[in-house]
Amino acid sequence: MRARERILGRLRATALPHPPEPPEVASWYAGRQRNETRPQQIERLRSALEAARAEVHDARDAAWPAIVKGLAEAKGVRRLLAGSGSPDAARLAQALPAGIELVCFDRPIDDWRDELFDTIDAGLSRAKGAIAETGSLILWPDAHEPRTVSLVPPIHFVLVDVGTLHPDFHTAMQAGRWAENLPTNALLVSGPSKTADIQQTLAYGAHGPRELIVLLIDEEGAGK
Amino acid sequence: MSQPINFHPVESFKERGRSVVNDPAQRKNFRSAMDFLQGKRRAQFPERQELEGLRDLASAIRRYSLAQLPTLLEQLERNLTANGIQVHWAENAEDANAIALDIARRVQARKIIKGKSMVSEEVDFNHRMQEAGIEALESDMGEYIVQLAGEAPSHIIMPAIHKTKQQIAQLFSEKVPGVPYSEDVDTLIQVGRQVLRRKFAEADIGLSGVNFAVAETGSLCLVENEGNGRMCTTVPKVHIAITGIEKVVAKLEHVPPLYSVLTRSATGQAVTTYFNIITRPRQPGEKDGPEEVHLILLDNGRTQAYADAQLRATLQCIRCGACMNHCPVYARIGGHAYGTTYPGPIGAIISPHLRGLDQTYPLAFASTLCGACTEVCPVRIPITELLVRLRNEAQARPDSEDATLRGSGAGRTKLATAVWRGWSLVYSRLGLYRMTSWSMSRGRALSPIDQGAWTRSRTPLVPAPKRLRDLLRKRRK
Repeated sequence: MRARERILGRLRATALPHPPEPPEVASWYAGRQRNETRPQQIERLRSALEAARAEVHDARDAAWPAIVKGLAEAKGVRRLLAGSGSPDAARLAQALPAGIELVCFDRPIDDWRDELFDTIDAGLSRAKGAIAETGSLILWPDAHEPRTVSLVPPIHFVLVDVGTLHPDFHTAMQAGRWAENLPTNALLVSGPSKTADIQQTLAYGAHGPRELIVLLIDEEGAGK
Repeated sequence: MSQPINFHPVESFKERGRSVVNDPAQRKNFRSAMDFLQGKRRAQFPERQELEGLRDLASAIRRYSLAQLPTLLEQLERNLTANGIQVHWAENAEDANAIALDIARRVQARKIIKGKSMVSEEVDFNHRMQEAGIEALESDMGEYIVQLAGEAPSHIIMPAIHKTKQQIAQLFSEKVPGVPYSEDVDTLIQVGRQVLRRKFAEADIGLSGVNFAVAETGSLCLVENEGNGRMCTTVPKVHIAITGIEKVVAKLEHVPPLYSVLTRSATGQAVTTYFNIITRPRQPGEKDGPEEVHLILLDNGRTQAYADAQLRATLQCIRCGACMNHCPVYARIGGHAYGTTYPGPIGAIISPHLRGLDQTYPLAFASTLCGACTEVCPVRIPITELLVRLRNEAQARPDSEDATLRGSGAGRTKLATAVWRGWSLVYSRLGLYRMTSWSMSRGRALSPIDQGAWTRSRTPLVPAPKRLRDLLRKRRK
């Protein structure tokens, strides 16, 4: 504890000026609201995601399993990972053909690390929400849908309900009262994994998924 | 594996800088990289009002955090601990490495996989682990490249910015078994992906930095594009995060503006691919994530900056690198010439606290004071003012009250002191001043041709044949 006491002691020794007024974050965000309609927000989300080279598809709720199936077949997916015990996984299981195996994440990663890294072609997860301004998906992994589903497989399918769309990060955080209920790990994902570390040349599929495939589920047809 | 490349800027900064300036290929690399990054940033801020408003807000957030730093650090520690994250305090590099080694020994770790962390560079983590028989492998593509080459990062955001794809192709074909020479960037990145994918799966510990530590929730935020940061903090059984004590913010809602201004200033991205908020180790029932999470809070001289009302602004930094991207000196000499972990303008103002002014004072003079860094700084650090202050500290009499830092006065030379003393004498006595200026204009033919650094690339300074006062007197007649 000595280092701790010494560091804090040195910091305290300096007379603190009156703490300045708290920064006015909320009013800054309020002042720049675009007040867009839902279809405008959806378009903003879509164009930001596509600019980051994500693939975006529209789907009614009843139709997404068939769309995922079609895309998985077209991309040569053989093993598709989903959370365990989720209704999404159950619906997808019914839609997938015999050639594509649905793997449920039902045991700790420690029991099948190599298999996860070496044999899974794609993962499916459901976003908790999305952010229109930056084209970001909010992932909130839990015991059913672990963190690595959206990280380790080379292709990542994400279901996003357009009803969960927020205009910006701050608004999303305040609306969901994140400060009171953060999970073990919360994430924003805004495209496929990428890097520009070699001569500023953009390359995709650095360490995370090479492809991010977003299914915008619009039950009300609000985007139309 | 490589030797540490941190060296003594006092001894070899000029020499190193000059060797880059004399190398057209390297200059071209840096120039084009800086132009690219400047253009990308500009495109992110089409509206001046948005930019200036966001800078005001980000600066206010950082100043607010620093004003209550000890209280926030305690709150952070309390909340992290309640969340199950273990907090360690390190006064210096040695402490930080010892803490990491203790953890590594306890969990019998052989391999550490690293996400990008400049603080880990600051404490020379990789070499210390290597000495203890533990592999510490970089997984950020740029960091992986410089580690493979036995070098250090030359930029805090783009570590391998000094390398061309031809050099990287050569490096991979020599150092990675079974890889043929290819200059195709996608192919090179896929080589890195394949090599490191195995390493993520095998590593015992993942090490990462921290972009923002949130006191209110006890959370660690990481910003990245590649996914290696997520890998390092999710796949191994133990995650160790290391950060400077200044990275704390009071509230979670302070994060969105800082994140926005960080990515837009750094690489001209509206957002990065991943924003990762870590609040707990793996909970019962969860199937992945590390079972242990540790945070090492490093001082390493930061409290010295904190103690000074003016220099405290140094700690507002969010490490975006915009100051170096816009610095005419950095653009010409690159990052390695500085010889410090943090190069460029931020390096010149933070390094004296980390390593002592005696070891780093030439960096404060490696600036034209053009103010480009201050103009782009997203948290409004008055960088030029701090550079001038550090120049004064470097020249201060060590026993005077102007000398407040470790190593103050180290830049004083007998010659410079004598010259300034003479100058002050002449300029404070009218008769002496007139006599001196008269004799200098009469004796102008005696002006030396070699005037040291001045004449290396300029014509010699020669006093005017007639003094201003002589000209004025003539005109009045």
